Amino acid sequence: MADTAATATPETAGETGDGIRRRDFLDIAAVSAAGIGGLAVVYPLVSQMAPSKDVLAASTTEVDVSAVEPGQAIKAVFRKQPLFIRRLTPAEIAEANAVNAGTLRDPQTLAERTKEGHEDMLVTMGVCTHLGCVPLGAAEGEVKGEFGGYFCPCHGSHYDTAGRIRKGPAPTNLEVPEYAFTSDTVIQVG
Amino acid sequence: MSFPWAKEYTPSNPVMQFLDEKLPLPRLVYNAVGAGYPVPRNLSYFWNFGVLAGFFLVVQIVTGVVLAMHYAANAQVAFATTEHIMRDVNWGWLMRYAHANGASFFFIVVYLHIFRGLFYSSYKAPREMIWLLGVVIFLLMMATAFMGYVLPWGQMSFWGAKVITGLFGAIPLVGEPIQIWLLGGFAPDNAALNRFFSLHFLLPFVIAGVVILHIWALHIPGSSNPTGVEVKQESDTLPFHPYYTAKDGFGLGIALILFFSMVFFLPNALGHPDNYIEANPLSTPAHIVPEWYFWPFYAILRAFTVDFLFFPAKLLGVIAMFGSILVWFFLPWLDKSPVRSGHYRPLFRKFFWFGLIPAMVILFICGGAPAEEPYVMLSQLATAYYFLHFLVILPIVSQIEKPAPLPYSITEAVLGSDKKAVLGENATPAV
Repeated sequence: MADTAATATPETAGETGDGIRRRDFLDIAAVSAAGIGGLAVVYPLVSQMAPSKDVLAASTTEVDVSAVEPGQAIKAVFRKQPLFIRRLTPAEIAEANAVNAGTLRDPQTLAERTKEGHEDMLVTMGVCTHLGCVPLGAAEGEVKGEFGGYFCPCHGSHYDTAGRIRKGPAPTNLEVPEYAFTSDTVIQVG
Repeated sequence: MSFPWAKEYTPSNPVMQFLDEKLPLPRLVYNAVGAGYPVPRNLSYFWNFGVLAGFFLVVQIVTGVVLAMHYAANAQVAFATTEHIMRDVNWGWLMRYAHANGASFFFIVVYLHIFRGLFYSSYKAPREMIWLLGVVIFLLMMATAFMGYVLPWGQMSFWGAKVITGLFGAIPLVGEPIQIWLLGGFAPDNAALNRFFSLHFLLPFVIAGVVILHIWALHIPGSSNPTGVEVKQESDTLPFHPYYTAKDGFGLGIALILFFSMVFFLPNALGHPDNYIEANPLSTPAHIVPEWYFWPFYAILRAFTVDFLFFPAKLLGVIAMFGSILVWFFLPWLDKSPVRSGHYRPLFRKFFWFGLIPAMVILFICGGAPAEEPYVMLSQLATAYYFLHFLVILPIVSQIEKPAPLPYSITEAVLGSDKKAVLGENATPAV
């Protein structure tokens, strides 16, 4: 040891027999501290791009549905995207229930897509599940497609009266957002 | 471009060998901040501030790009989006406080960097170009900082923009049209805010470009050092890595502790409460001052209170303010002393510590004080000394001064003796 001390350079100072230096401890400690500090810097830099508080504050929407007559639909805005609220006629309900859900591309019954006691109230996003266009059929006089529900003009997806995909490229049914009836006539979405 | 004993980059990893052949980036890093760059062995902590300035430039660019994602440069909403950043954006308060205090820290380290250059005469041959580029960087920093301060569109933003563009109004004949052209209107408004935002985003990248030239120019002669004696032999130097990466890393740690102490605990200490009031073109704040880093220059601007010959006081103040920085461009040729370090220049040192530094401190204090006595008179005296120091005292001192004896080499300065100098070139190096 006396010999190594006399000729020690910073690269070999404090080296023990198995090639470990005292300096290794400092190196590892310094690099670890810098690494943890770096992660602490990256976290806010990533997080700042997520929705800000004012965007999140606008993420629930209340809609009064009392004025929607059977056979009529209204458009609302939920998280800056269109929301279709449609009161189905008895004929449309019967049409939706007549289909064997098991044969569909995205098997779901009308009951699964509505709230109990409000089977005539179909609440879906107005966003085609293919590439995000707004389907036609909610407003008066718009084309409703071959199945009487909604029709997306972008790439020709046809949805039925329960908002289920029946024909065209869309992979899934129109999304039913999370919502609840806060009273008989008001729904809260989100 | 470096000393002959600089270690050559010899990658053993085949991936690095491939990269070295096709695009020798690792070699560039190795020769710039790695073991392949020999640096004087006696650098003090005053040599940390270049790296720290580079670090704070990066802090400003990163936080600034983030802020630009959430800010809107429109006079209708600029103030509101600034508050949106503070209240709604995730970690927005951190980004904005880091950016605002980052500007202050950028100036603190740059001022210490300039101080180092002035005391150790780092501007002298063969390093004139490094100094000149440094002055250019400083001017760009001032422009960038000024325009950035306008963006939150508070009261100080607005009136700062009005006062600073008003400086150009002092130019005879074309002054007022120039001021209107700069603002794109008769007072700061949407047009001014938009162009300031555009330029505030652009200029930091221009600064980064000049910084690259600054470092490139530095790596030709290599760093100066506290003795001012040039490197003569290998024993005068140490490889940049690990010696100066470690030393700079330690300095960076201290700087970060101070920086985040301000960001987290005193985020508004260096700002003005008035800037949290939205810009109002009809009401000027009672006490309008620029940010602290402009105070010495602001004091020079206000030191001129009477007309002289054909020159109105306003114009003289503007000329003196710009002149106080432009004079730095001539420094390498005003100071003719062959000795660099202030440690070996007894007369220079007296004027430096008892003349220039007190004058700068007085100008700093007066710049932040209201424009009334005794501050006006003090600014005038300090301004007079400031120009006298650079234009008269420095050239004369460098002629008449008898410098203290210099060490033979850096090795001798560090170790007390230089065996190679005594025993000849073939002796074993001292270390």
